[in-house]
Amino acid sequence: MKSILKSAVAALALAAAGSAAQAADLKACFVYVGPVGDFGWSYQHDQGRLAVEKHFGDRVETAYLESVPEGPDAERAIERFAREGCGLIFTTSFGYMNPTIKVAKKFPDVKFEHATGYKTADNVATYNSKFHEGRYIIGQIAGKQSKSGVAGYIASFPIPEVVSGINAFMLGAQSVNPDFKLKVVWVNSWFDPGKEADAAKALIDQGADIITQHTDSTAPLQVAQERGVHGFGQASDMINFAKDAQLTAIIDDWAPYYIERVQAVLDGKWHSESTWQGISHGHVVMAPYTNLPDDVVAMAKETEAKISGGWEPFTGPITKQDGTEAAADGVRLEDGAILGMNWYVKGVDDKLPQ
Amino acid sequence: MFEAVLLTVITAATPLLIAAIGELVVERSGVLNLGVEGMMIMGAVVGFAVANQTGSGTLGVVAAIIAGMAMSALFGFLVLVLVTNQVASGLSLTILGLGLSGMIGEAFIGVPGLRLPELYIPVLSEIPFIGPVFFQQDAVVYLGFALVFAVSYVLFKTRAGLVLRAVGDNHTSAHALGYSVVRVRFLAILFGGACAGLAGAYMSLAYTPQWVENMTAGRGWIALALVVFASWLPFRVVAGAYLFGAVTVLTFHAQAQGLGIPSQFLSSLPYLATIAVLVLISANRRLTLVNTPACLGKPFVPDR
Repeated sequence: MKSILKSAVAALALAAAGSAAQAADLKACFVYVGPVGDFGWSYQHDQGRLAVEKHFGDRVETAYLESVPEGPDAERAIERFAREGCGLIFTTSFGYMNPTIKVAKKFPDVKFEHATGYKTADNVATYNSKFHEGRYIIGQIAGKQSKSGVAGYIASFPIPEVVSGINAFMLGAQSVNPDFKLKVVWVNSWFDPGKEADAAKALIDQGADIITQHTDSTAPLQVAQERGVHGFGQASDMINFAKDAQLTAIIDDWAPYYIERVQAVLDGKWHSESTWQGISHGHVVMAPYTNLPDDVVAMAKETEAKISGGWEPFTGPITKQDGTEAAADGVRLEDGAILGMNWYVKGVDDKLPQ
Repeated sequence: MFEAVLLTVITAATPLLIAAIGELVVERSGVLNLGVEGMMIMGAVVGFAVANQTGSGTLGVVAAIIAGMAMSALFGFLVLVLVTNQVASGLSLTILGLGLSGMIGEAFIGVPGLRLPELYIPVLSEIPFIGPVFFQQDAVVYLGFALVFAVSYVLFKTRAGLVLRAVGDNHTSAHALGYSVVRVRFLAILFGGACAGLAGAYMSLAYTPQWVENMTAGRGWIALALVVFASWLPFRVVAGAYLFGAVTVLTFHAQAQGLGIPSQFLSSLPYLATIAVLVLISANRRLTLVNTPACLGKPFVPDR
């Protein structure tokens, strides 16, 4: 039922997008998985789109489709954009990977950019951010600030990006408190404020005094605020929702990348590549550190500077949950190993769903 | 610990309960309104907006109820006066609600909301365990319970309820007896809209006090399923809503305990429970026939 609905919504949105005006050098189009008003993932992508509009003025026209479900609807949405004369199409969710590749084959002259995927083609580039860098920092903060030594992690789906986030958080926490415990709850949704709030309550009831999330709504932070524990913002700065609870937030800033890629198309220098940058390129930004003692802020800033200087949080010694060695002392995990991560580090109190 | 779990369950169950009890009345009158999700999300956004602008949670709740009723009035006009297809009209109501609420709510994204205050019922709230769980809630939770009792009473103990059920079971006979089928159904639809609006207000003013698009996240559809689950009986709606809320919350606790049960399986548990109960109910044909409104979803055009 819901998918019928969503496709109907998508169809309506398509009809609306069809009536846009012409006469710019390039039309850059964006496909979002959530509503632009989610104040999380899709919201941040749309902030990037707005930055493109502001930066290029009349030279670049933009269009977007929101709440496009992953699957056949996505393919229709992307193809519609391609037919409409979009020169550059950003598809901003992992599940758009195959639809993007399929449509790209039919439209060799249109350039595609797929976020968080791993399949490329001559006219399909991929881009992602090293969110795990930010997660390592918030893990360190959690390790310092947690009185119970237990943090709760609200996770969406067991895909490598989420798993590597959990591991980076844990490594950060263990770097200051080797006995740190992490409880993980999977809500199997990217966005369901009610469920996220329930999960946060369950974690707090079981002793977690730091809540962190890899889901998109502000609900867990609000629960943290009410219950007097602490947490971290996700994707956007959520300080307005949790003045006393938010310690910092990992902000996805897509604006620099979007502007760079649009510029490349305008200059005729665009070619397919895989971009994966983090704090050093400003693609991952830490929100101001709040509700923290000075020494913890100093530690966080130091780690941030270290990562910005090229240090990788996934540097050994790293032990997997089953006790085997993932990386020896001083050895840095390869990008592929991080992007395809399907194991927990030692100390995570959860069995990874397979 | 148990107390904390129960508190969370009540919060999770209340919006489902309220929306479902409203839809139950609508369906008892013979109308299937699939627009619960749309009315609920409109209640959520209007409730949030009004509470935010006026600073009064009560006004927010009232406005949400009115918004839900306005949406349902539109639906009522379509299916009762223009005799459009109920399924299609209900679906469009949901789509309309989701879109319209996004537009209205644009200015309120990222704005923290206010939470409905908890009302401590004197004496009762001091009973150990039961007090904190059942008598230290916000007004909407109490209202939800009151609604169940009221609906059950009116449906089965009053003349008005008899007429409503007659209209739902056999609109031609009810019409022949001189009852206005359209008027009864319209009032039932309005009641359903009011409940959905109230459930939406609970989402944006108590459950998660904020506005984000699509924040009801399919709860309207679950409410619809609950009505069937309850075989159109009010107290079974309570059981269904609490079962659903309890299973959802307990799956999170099971995960946090590290029991090692696959989370995907846990997430599907509430739905599996619904299917199991539906199978059990339909096994008893007689009971099903007695309680299913016979004219559910059938259009009626008065001949005079």
